Amino acid sequence: MKPPRSERLSAFRPQIARLERRLFLKQGLSLGALSLLSGCTLKDDDAVDRLLFAMSRFNDRVQAALFDPAKLAPTYSEADVTTPFPFNAYYEEKDIPLIDGENYRLQLSGLIADKRPWSLGDLRALPQSSQITRLVCVEGWSAIGQWRGVAFRHFLERIGADLTARYVGFKCADKYYSSIDMPSALHPQTLLALDFTDAKYGYPLRLRLPTKLGFKNPKFIGEIFVTNDYPGGYWEDKGYNWFSGS
Amino acid sequence: MVGGVDKPRTIHPLFVRVTHWVNAFAIFVMVLSGWRIYNASPLFGFEFPKDFTLGGWLAGALAWHFAAMWLLALNGLAYLAYGLVSGHFRRSFMPISLRGAFDDVLFAMRGLLDHAPGRYNAAQRVFYVGVILAVIVAILSGLAIWKPVQLQTLTALMGGYETARRVHFFAMATIVAFLVVHIGLAVSVKGILAPMFTGRAETPR
Repeated sequence: MKPPRSERLSAFRPQIARLERRLFLKQGLSLGALSLLSGCTLKDDDAVDRLLFAMSRFNDRVQAALFDPAKLAPTYSEADVTTPFPFNAYYEEKDIPLIDGENYRLQLSGLIADKRPWSLGDLRALPQSSQITRLVCVEGWSAIGQWRGVAFRHFLERIGADLTARYVGFKCADKYYSSIDMPSALHPQTLLALDFTDAKYGYPLRLRLPTKLGFKNPKFIGEIFVTNDYPGGYWEDKGYNWFSGS
Repeated sequence: MVGGVDKPRTIHPLFVRVTHWVNAFAIFVMVLSGWRIYNASPLFGFEFPKDFTLGGWLAGALAWHFAAMWLLALNGLAYLAYGLVSGHFRRSFMPISLRGAFDDVLFAMRGLLDHAPGRYNAAQRVFYVGVILAVIVAILSGLAIWKPVQLQTLTALMGGYETARRVHFFAMATIVAFLVVHIGLAVSVKGILAPMFTGRAETPR
């Protein structure tokens, strides 16, 4: 004999409520940010966190497979450039580092044959190219900017970087750090930019690659290194997807 | 459609029930994490209440969104393949008529619409096909804003990156509007929720 409908329906309610509680508990746990997907060193062994982390690594591989080294990002005209170009960093605009261009030296380390530091004059003596492309932020907004500098592939070849290595890492004057995969580093639109729409946001040197989200375009670069050991990144270690390709 | 008289009829095939509930979970995760992602850079002059979002912060919401997208897409593809191959779409959604749907909605609002278990009325046909299309648009516009360089042809078809964001938003809004009506009816019309679990009509006719 069947119980009345309301009773059978109500039998599901505790499960639904439990499910909801669990989902919202997840949210509570990840509030304040850092327990969810805490980079390579997952401290808690929560199953949902581990699943989300594994999916993010899976998405890294999918994006690497989807990446076409010959596919160029759309370019725009100077009239399309967004002004003022939005400032974005993990700190406020008043805290941007002020770097003395005269004494600036770009440091190199890791799997690089010629690790001599570079002055801005040295970098400007290399062939320069420019691009007007769309920068897409992980937050969703986008802005069109102009960047000019050295093709990163040319620079990596020039310094004798191991182009078969997996990663290129960046250490920045604002204590930001990030890393990209070698195929993206060698993409024809990846620039070591010396001049850009809002020069004070990254002076004297930033990376510009339209094939990745904005936070993968480090500013105020002080050191570049090449490695096979996963270097992570400021936001990546907090749980943002590492590849973050566009 | 003629069902058995004595034993309860299966009005929702097992495949449809399983993909329905998997889809329900995936949509739940996609919408609530999507609201948190929206809040990071609101397109319009409002934000979603934080308590009704999933992920806690942007990175968490993105992790949920880009994990559940696989569930939504693969489950959706399985459902579409089943619907096309088994004849489920042809039997359940055809013929489809906007005029008929409009009439049925008017009947329903006057309380005159009969709900025949196992057979979709004209309004259901239009709404179900409509929400399937909305999910497809949501997935395509989502891909367009996820990969505006690698999938730039798709992004261009969506009107460019910034337009694709808005398409994605309105696809979500369409799905949520559907859900308000769908869930409202599912819990208020007598005897239609349980068969979505059991597959069988409550009162064999």
